[in-house]
Amino acid sequence: MRKIFDIIANNAVPAVFIIISAFAIPLSGYSASYLVQELLTRIGRNSFLILSLLIPIMAGMGLNFGMVLGAMAGQIGLLFICDWGIVGIPGMVLACLIGTPIAIVLGIFCGHVLNRAKGREMVTSYILGFFINGVYQMTVLYLMGWIIPITNPTLLLSRGYGVRNAVSLLGIRGILDNLIPTIITGTQGTAQFVNINGGKSFIMMQLPFLEGSIRIPLATLIVIALFCIFIVWFRKTKLGQDMRAIGQSQSVADSAGIPVNRTRIIAIVISTVLACYGQIIYLQNMGTLNTYNSHDQAGMFSIAALLIGGASVSKATIANVFAGVILFHLMFIVAPVAGKNLIGDAQIGEYFRVFVSYGIIAIALVLHAWRRNREREAARRSLRGNKGDE
Amino acid sequence: MGNNPLLRLEHIGKEYYGNRVLSDISFDINAGEIIGLVGENGAGKSTLLNILFGMPVIASTGGYEGSIQIDGRKVSFTSPNQALAHGIGMVHQEFSLIPGFTAAENILLNREVLNASSMRYIFSERVSTLDREAMNGRARSAIHTLGVNISPDMIVSEMPVGYKQFIEIAREIDRKNTRLLFLDEPTAVLAESEAEILITALKKLAASGIAIVFISHRLSEVKELCGRILVLRDGRLITDQPSYTLSTRQIASLMVGRESVRREETPEVTETVSTETDAPKKKKKIRPALKVEHLWVDMPGETVRDVSFEVMKGEIFGIGGLAGHGKLAIPNGIMGLYPAGGTVKTFGKKLTLNKPRAALGKKMAFVSEDRRGVGLLLDEPLDWNITFTAMQTQGRFLVGIPYIFQMRNDLAMRKEARKFIDQLSIKCTGPSQKAGELSGGNQQKVCLAKAFVLRPDILLICEPTRGIDIGAKTLVLDTLKQYNKENGTTIIITSSELEELRSVCNRIAIVDEGKIAGILPASNPAEDFGMLMMGQVRNEEEGEFSA
Repeated sequence: MRKIFDIIANNAVPAVFIIISAFAIPLSGYSASYLVQELLTRIGRNSFLILSLLIPIMAGMGLNFGMVLGAMAGQIGLLFICDWGIVGIPGMVLACLIGTPIAIVLGIFCGHVLNRAKGREMVTSYILGFFINGVYQMTVLYLMGWIIPITNPTLLLSRGYGVRNAVSLLGIRGILDNLIPTIITGTQGTAQFVNINGGKSFIMMQLPFLEGSIRIPLATLIVIALFCIFIVWFRKTKLGQDMRAIGQSQSVADSAGIPVNRTRIIAIVISTVLACYGQIIYLQNMGTLNTYNSHDQAGMFSIAALLIGGASVSKATIANVFAGVILFHLMFIVAPVAGKNLIGDAQIGEYFRVFVSYGIIAIALVLHAWRRNREREAARRSLRGNKGDE
Repeated sequence: MGNNPLLRLEHIGKEYYGNRVLSDISFDINAGEIIGLVGENGAGKSTLLNILFGMPVIASTGGYEGSIQIDGRKVSFTSPNQALAHGIGMVHQEFSLIPGFTAAENILLNREVLNASSMRYIFSERVSTLDREAMNGRARSAIHTLGVNISPDMIVSEMPVGYKQFIEIAREIDRKNTRLLFLDEPTAVLAESEAEILITALKKLAASGIAIVFISHRLSEVKELCGRILVLRDGRLITDQPSYTLSTRQIASLMVGRESVRREETPEVTETVSTETDAPKKKKKIRPALKVEHLWVDMPGETVRDVSFEVMKGEIFGIGGLAGHGKLAIPNGIMGLYPAGGTVKTFGKKLTLNKPRAALGKKMAFVSEDRRGVGLLLDEPLDWNITFTAMQTQGRFLVGIPYIFQMRNDLAMRKEARKFIDQLSIKCTGPSQKAGELSGGNQQKVCLAKAFVLRPDILLICEPTRGIDIGAKTLVLDTLKQYNKENGTTIIITSSELEELRSVCNRIAIVDEGKIAGILPASNPAEDFGMLMMGQVRNEEEGEFSA
């Protein structure tokens, strides 16, 4: 009985999402190929950001709400390449190169702060995100175009300094997604796609039972796959092993001579730098940068997706990331339309999206605390002697 | 090496803030020797270990006296890592294992076998991957040395407790340069059969040239394993002799010492108690004030598993034993401060456990060992502190209509506080002084006053004299005795100081490894209690008493 209960309790969040989606998909009336297309796009867009959360979890630092620091670093890189007019893959690479040192500095700062707030990493990094947001806004709103040279008038506010809220990333839009154009198409879809692509060469696969066609962001998926391989490799290294040790018991790791604080800082730095790349990949897919908002929700939605994928504050796998992206975004895609078809109001979907992502984080945190208490109790039960089971 | 011993201590001494805890400790340890180190709590064992391991606490409190030599060369460690580098290994009483790791991962923690990787030239060694095969191999051979069969792939959290101890020791063995191994109570968590395996394994280790210092309170094991026994008492080395020249009883009496100290007075209440036990006809039936049956209490670090005893009305009952064996858990469990089970009856009526309110409602009062944490509201004035529990549980010191509108009766509170300040001669500026500003001894008196205000039938007191000076100690103990005499209150005192218990109690129960080892009249010689503390009663052979 306890076992069944455990299985349900451990997978409650993904299960709820599967059930909701199972109802909402038919209600939305979307075709399978549309849903697959949308999901593929969103996997490409979001996975990298979510994957950047894994390493701090491994090091026992919980969900790194501080990943927005990395996202801001990435955005600063993007602003510079827009100003300098560098486009395409070189532009993206340059944005990464500019973002990396900023992310490293922010990561080191964040790591030092978190080392002073052991056991309260999540709330600290969350609030730290607000603080750095303030610094970022000051930089972007006042310093850019004034002290930091930004010359492109399309970027600047009409007053002459400060960056506009909406920045078009046309130069790098979809550049990674379409680097290796790939489509899967049903029998009827070929001609239609050749038209769209203007006669350029592309990889094409045919699936006879498919209706319509699906573009695959192959290069992005390859980057993500490489990242997954990196994480798998990282777990096998000494550094990864040290992080796992610290994650389970800081005091034991410390007494074994593992440099606890340093390792924790490394974990946060890696996460911040990866979040910086993740945000660049995310924005190249979106094609526009909301200077003052884009990073805001990067953290919240990534964390929600990871938790929905079945991860917890102390344990997360690569499988959780992809399960989370699929379930979370499937909900996003179908919920507004399902809501509209059901109630006649598309707002309900948007409401749902926000409600669900915050709600899920709350539930996951509560579940985590509850489970940890229960485990502690179970661990102590053996000490309660022969009468302990009453 | 030559004729130099592996480790030589010369005139080691240590003071903490003018409080002498170690004086003039000198002994040698040779390679391959097994030495038993025994002593009561506070005898100075842990301070000695801290000095040997270069724990920061030693340096930060002014260092130590005397010198330590390894292979004839003088050393002075400032961090545990230096001690490790010199081949001194330590297995702690608490497990320092990572629960989610396998045996191999734990044994080789931070000493993992790494694959060669070109990346290490760019970054550091830490980016090399682990060579799991080689790690498992090394772990297996370390475990094998101990003569047990544990798979290196087994996750530590899924292991029985005994296995964990072996993993800890295997970790020290794997360290190639380990030459001297300290084991702090390694058998405390082991079943008898496991302890036997461990002892065999340690003998094998010693034969391979590693010196072992075995710290245990189980004297029979110490005697069986060790070639030499060192007894520490009150910071002095009392004896250093081959174990075959000592019987366990002799060891116990050396540890407890003070055989010559006779009890000066016998509290009169003993009469009532002895009538109960020796001559039941005189009084037909005395109901016990407190009857505890199969009590278990889950108090971290002080768990008791199965405790049964009876306390008669008007008795002063002592609970003693070594720290960590569970004596504190008994009163805390009865009062409902930690999860507990079993049956507790007061004057024949069953007490609801796990509800402090229920215990307070039965006219029981409690003085916690955690004076500043549980005992007092440090930022509140004395009169509040003294009357607080009475106000909350008995509705006293209030004016107004119960359940509808009630207010504090400050006047009555202050009056009551003044009464106790005079009675117990609490040194303070007045009832409105904050409790946190008083000295330890006076705070303890406030705690007692707080309990007395409740007019309890049963008073439970934990460590009444911990951390207070000698004068206050006598006063506190005398107050208790007097209170018992005047009001006939049943008092249960838990203390780690046996002499203190012997001076006030009628009977004393000794707790050992979560169980009552025995209950003896306080007039018994100290070494009897020592034997109980050392777990000698259960596996004691009659012959050894006479030896």
